[in-house]
Amino acid sequence: MPHFVQLWVYLSASPLFGLTATLVVYLLAQAAYVRLGHAPWANPVLWSIVTIATGLTLTKVDYPTYFAGAQFIHFLLGPAVVALGWPLWQRRVELRARFGRVLLAATLGGAAACGSAVALGWSVGLPHDVVMSLAPKSVTAPVAMGIAEKIGGIPALSAVFAVLTGLIGALSGKYLFDALRIRTTDAGWRARGFALGTAAHGIGAARALQVNADAGAYAGLALGLQVVLAALLLPLVFRLF
Amino acid sequence: MKGLRGLAWLLVFQSIGEVLSRGFSLPLPGPVLGLILLVPALRFALVREPVAECANFLLSHLSLLFIPVGVGVMTHLALLSQYGGRMLVVIALSTWIGLAVTALVLYWPDRKAP
Repeated sequence: MPHFVQLWVYLSASPLFGLTATLVVYLLAQAAYVRLGHAPWANPVLWSIVTIATGLTLTKVDYPTYFAGAQFIHFLLGPAVVALGWPLWQRRVELRARFGRVLLAATLGGAAACGSAVALGWSVGLPHDVVMSLAPKSVTAPVAMGIAEKIGGIPALSAVFAVLTGLIGALSGKYLFDALRIRTTDAGWRARGFALGTAAHGIGAARALQVNADAGAYAGLALGLQVVLAALLLPLVFRLF
Repeated sequence: MKGLRGLAWLLVFQSIGEVLSRGFSLPLPGPVLGLILLVPALRFALVREPVAECANFLLSHLSLLFIPVGVGVMTHLALLSQYGGRMLVVIALSTWIGLAVTALVLYWPDRKAP
């Protein structure tokens, strides 16, 4: 079937393929996630990544070819970061009332996530540029890449770390919060969502949005705050060393 | 139409952010500056209404946007397998520490509330 082979060679090399594969696989993973009652282990981001990466390996399509199409989706991360201004603005009254505590939680939580990553990375003997790529991992991927570039990390690696961090947070957050006895009251949901947005960025926030509206709003808020705090403070802190 | 106008606003703010970030070599990335500039502009209905529509759509599909970068993990398999075990432990532990500290700081004063 030479005709079919030629057709596949053409399709797999065109940007259409990467874009279509990403959207279709995500929609299927999302449908399965809803059907399984939003079980943490059924996370659609995780399974979409596994499915696409496996598919690319099996069909011998390389990552740059795939990304030529997927970049149209990737591009939307920029406007999505700007769009975080909307949940911030919506909660401005509440935010003003709790501003001190919210800012304290965002600063301490972000510092704990980043500080422990750098300290643990050094103590297990990871190379300097890998440790510097670990530092911004709790910030959303595109911003993490920008920060890593500024502090001497590897941008692509920091994006990978950010994705892994988001997945770990989205998969295990529920069990950790249950173990910490953070109840599912209004205040509990706010804390759970805010923590996911702070330490597990967009992937954690997406999980929070699906579980509870209050948690989702606070996750969006935390995500926006963390982006601003990390982008401002991390390069300053690391310049001192 | 409204959603499209919203996307245009988001891109305009991101572009202004990029210009400021690069032009003055500021420590903040372009989209973050765009976010900071967008918030005060949302008091105007002309900006707010279209942006709300587009932002709700974009943010409700936020997880989709991470898939292209996530698939990039496959290009770093060599590095990941070299440090794989240690690296995963570091990432998991520091994520849990971050989650726990943030949640407890925010929740502690409310822990007795119904």
